[in-house]
Amino acid sequence: MSGGLGNMDELYEAIILDHYRSPRNTAPVEDADVDLEVNNPFCGDEFHIQLKVEDDTVSEVGITGRGCAISQASASLLAELVEGKSSDQVHAAVDSIRRLLKGEEITDEEADLLGDIEALSGVRKFPVRIKCALLSWVGLGDALKEHQAK
Amino acid sequence: MSNSEAGSRAFDVDAIRADFPILQRKINGKDLVYLDNAATTQKPSQVIKSLVDYYEQTNANVHRGVHTLSIEATDGYELARTKVAKFINAPRPEEVIWTRNTSESLNLVAATWAEANVGEGDNIVITAMEHHSNIVPWQQLAAKKNAELRYLAAAEDGSLDISNVDSIIDSRTKIVAVTHMSNVLGTINPVALLAEKVHSVGGVILVDAAQSVPHMPVDVQALDADFLCFSAHKMVGPTGIGVLWGRYDLLDGMPPYMFGGDMILEVTYEDANWNELPYKFEAGTPNIADAIATGAAVDYLTELGMDNIWEHEQELTAYAMEKVLSLGTVRVLGPQDPAKRGGVISFIHDTIHPHDLGTALDQQGIAIRTGHHCAMPLVRSFDVVAAARASFYIYNTKSEVDAFVDGLRETEGYFSR
Repeated sequence: MSGGLGNMDELYEAIILDHYRSPRNTAPVEDADVDLEVNNPFCGDEFHIQLKVEDDTVSEVGITGRGCAISQASASLLAELVEGKSSDQVHAAVDSIRRLLKGEEITDEEADLLGDIEALSGVRKFPVRIKCALLSWVGLGDALKEHQAK
Repeated sequence: MSNSEAGSRAFDVDAIRADFPILQRKINGKDLVYLDNAATTQKPSQVIKSLVDYYEQTNANVHRGVHTLSIEATDGYELARTKVAKFINAPRPEEVIWTRNTSESLNLVAATWAEANVGEGDNIVITAMEHHSNIVPWQQLAAKKNAELRYLAAAEDGSLDISNVDSIIDSRTKIVAVTHMSNVLGTINPVALLAEKVHSVGGVILVDAAQSVPHMPVDVQALDADFLCFSAHKMVGPTGIGVLWGRYDLLDGMPPYMFGGDMILEVTYEDANWNELPYKFEAGTPNIADAIATGAAVDYLTELGMDNIWEHEQELTAYAMEKVLSLGTVRVLGPQDPAKRGGVISFIHDTIHPHDLGTALDQQGIAIRTGHHCAMPLVRSFDVVAAARASFYIYNTKSEVDAFVDGLRETEGYFSR
């Protein structure tokens, strides 16, 4: 559907709506190595992110929370992406998505790593929503670094 | 005399709309439907022209020169003060202090009157439905003075819970600071009753009138208020200017808020003494152009008549409440009886997050507010993280309400594909 709703489809791509309606990896993780709450006080969105990290690889991920379609879909896409990835790959993905949403070019290699997450790039045309898309990523990168430093 | 006099101009919404150039704008290819009036209202050409005329014809500094432009600027600036005083039925124009906005007015009272009068063990009473700007200055002051910050709760129906008012307001209450109308719930609070309560224990009452003065007749004497604060930009006036009204004897006894030019009477190298009211509180070159334009805004509203404005908004609110609730997917916060609320409808959709609603409506040219509305504790008390809000003003129409509700329906369709 389109027409009456202008550029909505550019923001809410099918993949986004799918992840929004059926978020992945929502089961809590027992004995999580990385356990953090991220929130945006301006809209009240908040997510609980848990990771199990074994041999420098994310073996398990669980994300629950509430937020708008963009922040929820983004969190779900994040969960899908980081599972099985090394911490270097996770940091690279966080960096790539930041640059992607800022409107910078990303390499083909980075695009391959992000996969479906490129669907979030529609948010660039809606600057006030960029923070929704980045909410879970920013906190995750910091928390993982803290865990590595332990 | 107060602003409750009937207007001298017929309340004709089409004619009113013609005064607001921005209403001609298209947003995302659609007619603008502006429903974010509780955040700020649009400006009529009469107010815009006042700003342009001032800068093109009058611009000079006030209270300083003997030349013609300075005299004209001073006259315009002071005439605007007189208009504001009459608008809220203040006994004396010197009781009207120009500030930057409601927040500055509130901070001024917290930093001067309350700083001097609230001590250890005293208490400050506010309500659970205050804007952050009427919470945080009191939190800070209470912490600094070892005073207690007390809250009157919001009842389940969105009204103010005054069942325990006689224990909340007690002999140690120095000030009650209350919003006249909630920017989230639309609730109109019983200011006169709270004034009576706090006066009986020797305290004062401050009224945050940011959401009431633009929309209904407000009479500071009838309310028996001691301080009253509001912003021009929420009442067809310019941004960057607000008002603190206070009772003359209170203002006169208060220390200054800022120091500088215009607020002094005499300065020596060692000391200074303070100018008379209102100048004691207006340090430095004031916001002359916007003060004069605020006078033009007051003229504009007075011509329409505040009773007529209130009636128009009540009608729109009742109409909108009924239509929004008929969707069956939306919960409206605050009093369900339109007669008990102002023209602010905050709502939660069963499935669609406010920000997704806001973006979808914007694509249809409809501007609403989304988020916590600068009232985080209140919004959270409804167990939601954010709400959407439509708020009305003089230029809104029933067909705009229809467009808004149709927009909600379209959005529901979009997200349930």
